[in-house]
Amino acid sequence: MTTAVFVGLDMGASRTKVVVIDAQGQMRGHAVKKSGIDFAATAAFCLDTALAQTGAARCDILAAVATGYGRNNVAFITQESKTEIGCHARGCYHSFPEAITILDIGGQDNKIIKLDSRGRRDSFKMNRKCAAGTGAFLEEMSSRLDIPLAEMNDLARQATQVLKLGSYCTVFSATEVLENIRHGKPVADIVKGIFYSMIQRVLEMDALSEKVVLSGGVVAHNPYLVEMAAELIGRPVLLPEFPQLTGALGAALYARDGFQESP
Amino acid sequence: MAQEKQPQRKKIEATGQMMQIMSDYFYDLNAAAKSAERKVAWCTSVGPAELLRAMGFAVHFPENHAAMLGATRMATELIPEANTIGYSPEICSYLTADIGAYLKHVSPLAKAYPGIEAPPRPDVLVFNTNQCRDVQDWFSWYAKELNVPCIGICSPKNHTEVSEVLIDDVSRQIEALIPTLEEVSGQPLDLQKLREVVALSRECTELWRQVLETAAAAPAPLTFFDATIHMGPAVVLRGTPQAVAYYRRLLAELQARINSGTGAVDDEQFRIYWEGMPVWGRLRQHSELFAGLQTSVLVSTYCSSWIFPDFDPLDPIRSMAKAYLSLFIVRSDAYKETYIKRMLEKFHIDGIIYHDAKTCPCNSNSRYGMPQRLEQQTGIPSLVISGDLNDLRCVSDEQTITNVEAFIEQLEERKHHA
Repeated sequence: MTTAVFVGLDMGASRTKVVVIDAQGQMRGHAVKKSGIDFAATAAFCLDTALAQTGAARCDILAAVATGYGRNNVAFITQESKTEIGCHARGCYHSFPEAITILDIGGQDNKIIKLDSRGRRDSFKMNRKCAAGTGAFLEEMSSRLDIPLAEMNDLARQATQVLKLGSYCTVFSATEVLENIRHGKPVADIVKGIFYSMIQRVLEMDALSEKVVLSGGVVAHNPYLVEMAAELIGRPVLLPEFPQLTGALGAALYARDGFQESP
Repeated sequence: MAQEKQPQRKKIEATGQMMQIMSDYFYDLNAAAKSAERKVAWCTSVGPAELLRAMGFAVHFPENHAAMLGATRMATELIPEANTIGYSPEICSYLTADIGAYLKHVSPLAKAYPGIEAPPRPDVLVFNTNQCRDVQDWFSWYAKELNVPCIGICSPKNHTEVSEVLIDDVSRQIEALIPTLEEVSGQPLDLQKLREVVALSRECTELWRQVLETAAAAPAPLTFFDATIHMGPAVVLRGTPQAVAYYRRLLAELQARINSGTGAVDDEQFRIYWEGMPVWGRLRQHSELFAGLQTSVLVSTYCSSWIFPDFDPLDPIRSMAKAYLSLFIVRSDAYKETYIKRMLEKFHIDGIIYHDAKTCPCNSNSRYGMPQRLEQQTGIPSLVISGDLNDLRCVSDEQTITNVEAFIEQLEERKHHA
């Protein structure tokens, strides 16, 4: 078996993700780390971690593409960078090759991307300059409630009712959360309200087509959000095997395709 | 590391002449403000400057000054000064930047033109709300602060057709300005002079139309970013021979570019329509961003707003009324959509970018479903970017870059699959 591989790197505002694939597009290795302040070191760590899972070395990389906010800050990239919109689209379409609407909930951005049956992008939208519905909102609420992020999913699941937040402003939402605390409302119901607010803010961005795919780190770590989204949308939603890695996977697929198309 | 694309933009040779006539204009304004004989009027950018110029006023345009505050990136630090005296960060950032500059005693004119300290003190303020209500609030603040008269036209809005009834209304309002202006200027209106000014304005805007329409050529010899700079004379010197002479020269240069197949952007691959205001503090960055993507942003509603085909020296006041009522910004969405569709076809557009300017709702046409309606009707994709004309606190450079790059990727995909 050849060890030749292709690499996709998604350097997001919150987390850096690397995916290593083979020529058939199979994922062979992956890694995720907080982006932090040293983008080059984070990228190198993720790359080496992912490569170690494949048995390949850096010299076996045939092509590499970067995406995300730090896409122009990485040394080992061999091809022109792609936007995260393009990469999420490519990654999701790889898992679900049909007409889909992708809802990507990231650390700082939300995106709604519409693809036709050939994987061609019809349109995309990013959230306004606002944290509503993003991972940053969840982190802020986690901090306000003094509940670790990792515990919020299970707490929300225990809720008996949803305490809805009316505002789309993070500061106003935090005030509403404090008001609920002051009135002695159950924490689980408050957390479910926070999840509900996130999904609502994303759904308000655009109309959805029939098949909806969820991606991004927030849904990867909070499966209850996925269930809630399906309930609000009114039909089941699709989830890739690695929702947090779709951008990096898309970048790796672009790397492979670009390499194979090059003369 | 992957190489970042190097932007390629071409300089317009006529720029030197434009800088000279703009400089002459500002020094003349300054001299008028210091003279006992000449009077200064402040005026909104789309009228009724013709009337003021015909009555001998030196005319200052606060919007031009505010745009300079934006382009020099002074605005963002000045806007909070106006916020603190009750003018919200949510309202026109031309207004807040300009009043902030007044309160802080600073002006980009002082930096650009030695000897000029500030905009000229007005003897009268004349507004037209065909753009928005904010201009009236803006001028009213100065009227109180400087104790000078503030008069204007309260324009009908959102009309599809410019009917005779509307023209009657605005004509009467223009005529009602005359007694106050005669009192301030100390001289009666000379109708023949008004005819001459209106004729020059018509000639100026006709030439400006031809300049903008050169961008219909492929590759386009002119970009939106160039046009935002070169529209200066059409705004502040409309009705003068200097503006006419300048646009003749600019037009000749652009026609020479067309003849030689020279585009403003190297290797033009995509052609974009820009809907909305520019982000004045990011003109250069945006120009380079698009040039680096081999994309010409080549036509806009904004720069076309200083084309007034209705000016008629034989019927100056009614034709002024008609021209000011025909402005894009004051029209209904039905009219705007028909207009944009015509422009998309004429300029062979691949995609539309709507700038949703936080503090300028009247110039943000993405808020009532227009992008979706136009996309459905024309099949031409669109992108909405969030920003502002002057307040850089409302601008996210990273989000803008990602959105624009993703949009061009989308256009590439369409081209590839076509």
